[in-house]
Amino acid sequence: MKAFLLSAGILVVTLLSSVARAELVIEITQGIDNPTVIAVSPFAWEGSGVAPEDVAYVIQGDLYRSGQFAPVPRENMLGTPSRDEDIFFRDWRMVNAQYLLIGRLTGEQTLTADFALYDVTKQTLVIQGSEQAVKEEVRTLSHRIADRVYTALTGIPGAFATKLLYVAVTPIPGEKDYYELTLADADGARPQVLLASREPILAPTWSPDATEIAYVSFETSRPAIFRQNLETGAREQLTAFRGLNGSPSWSPDGKRMAMVLSKDGNPDIYVLDLQTYALERITRNYAIDTEPTWMTDGKSLLFTSDRPGRPQIYRYDFVTGLTDRVTYEGSYNARARVAQDGRNVVLVHQQDGDYKIAVLDIETRRLTALTSTDLDESPSIAPNGSMVLYATKQAGRGILAAVSVDGGARFNLPARDGEVREPSWSPYLPKTP
Amino acid sequence: MKQLPQFRQFVTVAFLSVFLVACAGNDTKEQEAAAAQAAAEAAAQAEADAAAAKAAQERAEAEAAAEMRRLQDDARMAGSVVYFEFDSSALTDTGRAVLDKHVALLKSTGASVRLEGHTDERGTREYNMALGERRANAVRDYMMVKGIPGYRLESISYGEEKPVSYGSSEVSWSQNRRVEIK
Repeated sequence: MKAFLLSAGILVVTLLSSVARAELVIEITQGIDNPTVIAVSPFAWEGSGVAPEDVAYVIQGDLYRSGQFAPVPRENMLGTPSRDEDIFFRDWRMVNAQYLLIGRLTGEQTLTADFALYDVTKQTLVIQGSEQAVKEEVRTLSHRIADRVYTALTGIPGAFATKLLYVAVTPIPGEKDYYELTLADADGARPQVLLASREPILAPTWSPDATEIAYVSFETSRPAIFRQNLETGAREQLTAFRGLNGSPSWSPDGKRMAMVLSKDGNPDIYVLDLQTYALERITRNYAIDTEPTWMTDGKSLLFTSDRPGRPQIYRYDFVTGLTDRVTYEGSYNARARVAQDGRNVVLVHQQDGDYKIAVLDIETRRLTALTSTDLDESPSIAPNGSMVLYATKQAGRGILAAVSVDGGARFNLPARDGEVREPSWSPYLPKTP
Repeated sequence: MKQLPQFRQFVTVAFLSVFLVACAGNDTKEQEAAAAQAAAEAAAQAEADAAAAKAAQERAEAEAAAEMRRLQDDARMAGSVVYFEFDSSALTDTGRAVLDKHVALLKSTGASVRLEGHTDERGTREYNMALGERRANAVRDYMMVKGIPGYRLESISYGEEKPVSYGSSEVSWSQNRRVEIK
């Protein structure tokens, strides 16, 4: 199959081009009890001209969003040290800071940030280090420092230097809606439109190495699965079967893609070999089988099936060829996504009539609801397993929201304009210059 | 007829002509008059027949056009949307009545149609994509049973992506659970 060329009414946008209209705004709604108080002193800018970014502000925002940290507001700081010799620990104890992060930013085309994290109570150094990035990626540099601080203080790898994919929809009265497949930093900043269309775009997903994405587009007036390279913008139409072409999901080794097709009369799960384009049919059932997703070891697939009458999660084992039912609790469980630990599975769960996000421990089969709103869908889990991003409605408008896997921290990510839906959190990104 | 050489054809025609003139004799004038009258009558009859046939054809065409208009009006009056209950792809009596009007029209036009299945916003997007297809296929199967060949019917599902009503209540949801005939 050849790379698919642009067709009328479709706009494929390569990186670093147009700024999306649907920029996300963060509204923190809940943090954990007794969060760790951290002071992030403004980083000193030692280059020429104006500092390219307020690095400390980006870091403090990342830590705050996790729900586990309470940053000290700048107006409460009694000093803004950027070097070890300028620190007066007493100043930081007075504002109840448990930890202090300081740093300096220098360079021209390539920027270097040196940072140091201190334990205020013990008056000791926790970690120090430096991060480099080209000037345009100074936010990535900031997110990487936040990741290192988070890892040092929680023992969990940070996932701030990652990306989000989502679909922004602008309703235009009397006309077709305007769809934009958008890529942004994990904090919603720097949104870029990857594809714009007047026909639906849905089910965006990442390749395991985070260099490519796949999605469903109706631009041909029928659903079709596309893959798109994030660096080159090259795009390939992978399927054009009669009926459904949906739910693309890359295998953990990146060589195969699970999907739903109804070409043989009924929605069933298929696996496409991305090298040979050989198509293997996985399920043969008169029921709806859809929403396949791989377990992290690549040896089995979870999918949604309404074999019992209403949708429930099933598991297909490639080794034994057997299919077994996974969820029993509740009348509706659908669209599972597996955390990197291979144990926590997030899904859409109906309880008391409402559609909520729940987490299922696949070993103990214990199911816990994470949200208490209605019409919650499309859960996507951060690569470190800490937060779940999902789509919900707020005052009739589609927004994104996040909740920590333990339910302790929450924030909303509405768009400034229009609606946003179908978030997909990237894997860890390859380290770029 | 077997083809004669050209010279022998000429001789044969000449001989027959002489023979016929010889036979005519004195009755020629009366016979000519009678023949002329018969010819005129035949011509008039043919003209009348042609006019009648034309009128009949025009009448038939007008009737067919009127019938087509009636079928189109019926289909238009019935609307091109059928609605469904929550999480169901079963046709309702109202839905069947709408489809019967479209089946009658499709039988006379021979046209092809797209059957676009839709759901309300509840539940996951991809599951709803499958549910929308199930609805479109329910309409397709009904039309096939009523005699429309399957190759003229295409099912497409948009799931919950194209609501006609944007609210989050049963009033909106019931309008969004539908198949549109296009």
